[in-house]
Amino acid sequence: MKFLCVDCDSQMSFAERQLPGDGTLAATFKCPKCGRVVAMLTNPMETQLVSSLGVEIGGRTVPEQPLQTIRSAVATGREDAFDDGSREQGAGSRTSWSADALQRLDRVPNFVRGMVKRIYADYAKERGIAEITPAVMDTARSELGLEGM
Amino acid sequence: MRTYHDLTDPDRSGLAQQIGAQRQRVAERLAGVGRIVAVMSGKGGVGKSYVTAHLARALARAGKPTGVLDADLNGPTIPRLLEVSRAPLTAHSAHVEPMVGLDGVRCISMALLLEDGAPLAFRGPSAESFVWRGAMEATALREFLGDVEWGTLDTLLLDLPPGMQRYVELCDILGTPPAVLTVTIPTPESRDAVRRAMRAAVDRGSALLGVVENMVGGELRGSAADELASEFGTPVIGRVPFHPSANAWDQIADQVSRAPRTAHRAS
Ligand SMILES: Nc1ncnc2c1ncn2[C@@H]1O[C@H](COP(=O)(O)OP(=O)(O)OP(=O)(O)O)[C@@H](O)[C@H]1O
Ligand SMILES: [Mg+2]
Ligand SMILES: [Zn+2]
Repeated sequence: MKFLCVDCDSQMSFAERQLPGDGTLAATFKCPKCGRVVAMLTNPMETQLVSSLGVEIGGRTVPEQPLQTIRSAVATGREDAFDDGSREQGAGSRTSWSADALQRLDRVPNFVRGMVKRIYADYAKERGIAEITPAVMDTARSELGLEGM
Repeated sequence: MRTYHDLTDPDRSGLAQQIGAQRQRVAERLAGVGRIVAVMSGKGGVGKSYVTAHLARALARAGKPTGVLDADLNGPTIPRLLEVSRAPLTAHSAHVEPMVGLDGVRCISMALLLEDGAPLAFRGPSAESFVWRGAMEATALREFLGDVEWGTLDTLLLDLPPGMQRYVELCDILGTPPAVLTVTIPTPESRDAVRRAMRAAVDRGSALLGVVENMVGGELRGSAADELASEFGTPVIGRVPFHPSANAWDQIADQVSRAPRTAHRAS
């Protein structure tokens, strides 16, 4: 998928991705010549089609987790299907979790929680963020395209 | 106005590169697997899963490390056949470990991940779910292939559901078509369905390892295996009665372990 600024005959570049939380996706593209910005808005079915391929519009920003699509998309997963081993999570980083961030994490289904925790920890580590707060989680969710996590 | 192929700047999404990276991940993960064998038949209920599980056990008993990937995502039966425990799967940052069942056979299956008795259901818009459901299942298969760390395996058996869809997905994901072992029952109905599957496998370039005729010696009449074998120039590598003894599988296992090793795609 590419966007062309017809006036400038110039290929637009990906700028930003947003997930409003209603199953839709917004991705903005900017013309490097004239600065014009357009947004591509996809409906829930189109958004799902892209995520069902295990790819991310705008590119991958953290490495793909094992069984990532299965864990984020299966609705009938067992509570205790995975043991994510707490020792590995955020290993080697000094990232900590605020109390409200942990509370929010507790609301994530067990089937995917360990993986989500690792993704946020990787994200924070990459950006040198010392404490994961709900605000950090919101930004990460959008930036990483973690619909439904 | 310029069209898609005229625009040569790398687009940052790089969807094609992301797909390429997924394929690469599968190739690297399976590099230590000597032989990839898809067990299939165009027909349901002929004993694919039963044959897969018992063949895997016989291979393992013969000292050949063996894994089974249950590619029947909607009707997974392998964990029960291998008596795999319901313990959690250990997930690491880059892979998950397979479970271990009877005779040390390693196994991954959707049944290990789902609530008891629950169907495989996905989150997402229910309207027009047919549009994305197939892609989701192919992705789940790709993740099983790319993310389960089998270690060194002599043989990885894939238990396919009836029909050809999963086989086609498998060929796309692997890049090279897997060797195919077909299972039939003696009847002409089974022969006709399995013929279609074998033809599709040959068209895709799979090597045929042979035909296993299951449920022989009972009420079922016909000679499906002999007819298919002569049509396709492939051996009948086993005839399995109802409730066979364990050594009935040894001969089949022996034949399978003589098959050429999978030539992994150069990465
Ligand atoms: N040789 C056999 N002796 C006794 N029972 C058998 C034999 N082969 C298969 N069965 C039983 O028959 C039933 C169907 O077999 P199985 O589930 O392996 O078929 P399948 O081809 O995998 O079916 P599906 O197409 O639904 O995946 C199972 O209950 C299995 O245990
Ligand atoms: Mg089966
Ligand atoms: Zn412009």
